[in-house]
Amino acid sequence: MSQPAKKIAVVIPAYNEEASIASVIEAVNNLRSEQLQLTPVVVNDASRDTTGELISRLKCVPLHLPINLGIGGAVQTGVKFAFNNGFDFAVQIDADGQHPPQFIPNLANELEKNHWDVAIGSRFIDKQGFQSSFARRTGIRFLQWLLECITGRSVTDPTSGMRLMNRKAMKVVYEFYPDEYPEPEAIILYYRRGLTFGEVPVRMNERQGGQSSIQGLRGCYYMLKVTIAIIFTYLRR
Amino acid sequence: MQRIQFVAIIASVSFLGSVLLQIKKGKLREEYAFVWILSTFALIALSFWRNGLDLLGHLFGVYEPLNLIFTGAIFAILIYLLHLSTTVSRLQLQNRTLAQEVVLLKEKLESNRAANRE
Repeated sequence: MSQPAKKIAVVIPAYNEEASIASVIEAVNNLRSEQLQLTPVVVNDASRDTTGELISRLKCVPLHLPINLGIGGAVQTGVKFAFNNGFDFAVQIDADGQHPPQFIPNLANELEKNHWDVAIGSRFIDKQGFQSSFARRTGIRFLQWLLECITGRSVTDPTSGMRLMNRKAMKVVYEFYPDEYPEPEAIILYYRRGLTFGEVPVRMNERQGGQSSIQGLRGCYYMLKVTIAIIFTYLRR
Repeated sequence: MQRIQFVAIIASVSFLGSVLLQIKKGKLREEYAFVWILSTFALIALSFWRNGLDLLGHLFGVYEPLNLIFTGAIFAILIYLLHLSTTVSRLQLQNRTLAQEVVLLKEKLESNRAANRE
């Protein structure tokens, strides 16, 4: 392998994640090697806890948003940074420790091998690691069906936030990215913009800290919002 | 002229006055004021011209002319609310772009400063 190592920005959107963010950044930095040029880019989405001060002291690129933009806006901020600074790839991982960074090389390899623009980490291919609750899996199955109806392709884990993208995909995300609950909607966005994508098996953990934003009534709202967003993103030119 | 007409006229005119004052102070953009002025004029006209409502009601085939006012008003309010929702959506997007731009510039500044120090 004589080709120069690719620069990968690891975009970590963080909102009130003081409990877990340090260990996630450390895990990413520990993976750094000659072949794997990883740079953690932590987007502090106007956290009200000590996340901001914490990441300023750690070995990463801290981006402190002055106002809370929500997960989609935070991810887009990180992708914009990666794109503007000449990174070859950007990979998004969660700040709560659900996405083990060890899988980043797999995502990168599969993306290059299959000539994809986006590689999505899926916990439902090998069915290993944390598999989420029954209600969530039911919701995920519905989204899976909806996406398959539209794109004609099956995505086993449409809500997965672990995604690696090349510069072509970064440019698409740069121009438009949904605000809240962006993951399933983004798949339609890739499809409409002519990006190729595929899934790579990963093993996810249960969150280390913080709480899921999707519970109870929010779950119903989530499904409704995402369903409408998927349909209209598809209809949009 | 009946007492209620006086009340209606005074209320509509003072509403119009306050709208005009807001524009003068630059607190309200003209395109929004336009809708308000137009609907106030309609109210003032109907306050003076009592039979107008009956006539319009008859024209539209409304059983109770007063309902015409309510229907028209509710419809106008709905349209206006929709307009405001789109405005808020646009502002939100612009706000987001600005916030991101600020963060990216700040980071560039910080990294330049750090590079100069070395």
